[in-house]
Amino acid sequence: MTPILAWALPVALSMLALAMLLTLVRLLKGPTAQDRVLALDCMYLNGMLLMLVLGIQYGSSNYFEAALLVALFGFVGSTAMAKFLLRGEVIE
Amino acid sequence: MSAQPLALWAEIAIAALVLLGAAIALVGSLGLLRLGTYFERVHAPSIIATMGCWCIMHGTLLYFSLQGHGIAAHPLLIALFVAITVPVTNIFLMRAALFRARRAGQNVPPHVSRSEPASTVQSPQNSS
Repeated sequence: MTPILAWALPVALSMLALAMLLTLVRLLKGPTAQDRVLALDCMYLNGMLLMLVLGIQYGSSNYFEAALLVALFGFVGSTAMAKFLLRGEVIE
Repeated sequence: MSAQPLALWAEIAIAALVLLGAAIALVGSLGLLRLGTYFERVHAPSIIATMGCWCIMHGTLLYFSLQGHGIAAHPLLIALFVAITVPVTNIFLMRAALFRARRAGQNVPPHVSRSEPASTVQSPQNSS
């Protein structure tokens, strides 16, 4: 790995980790329940991008499947929690 | 680490795309933390799902396509999936937040799709 990518990828990884930390702060102090669900939604997007950058860093395409799974389960979880906020039940 | 060394333009392009995507994710998360009310806050993470995700996806696609195994289009799958699912999640969350704000008696717009159960402004046309 040449110096450009060896410098850029850790910087990008730390920026994404900082972004996840900011959403964690919102998740912990969010005044209402919908704020917390929105912060969790944002956090799984950041984690998915982190997985993609890790895949470039280690030169392995296995991280791609993990990122796809994070996206899939993040969508299911956020939709279920939004449904719970709307109705009080997930399945009715 | 990589099988063969990349060209200089490819490294610069991948580094720029990944750094831009990470910076946009940072800006979106900062907006989620800093904005005042929920209805302002719900806008901020959308930039991560659109431009941040597409930038990092293009960097990944470029990196894996230049490894010598042909075009690797599988990162496109993630970006398409996110582009389909994030509006659905956001609409669900917005409707849940509006529902809860209405029930808490805050000053938000009323229902348009169905009439309020406690509404007294009922039109007399359905009796004719």
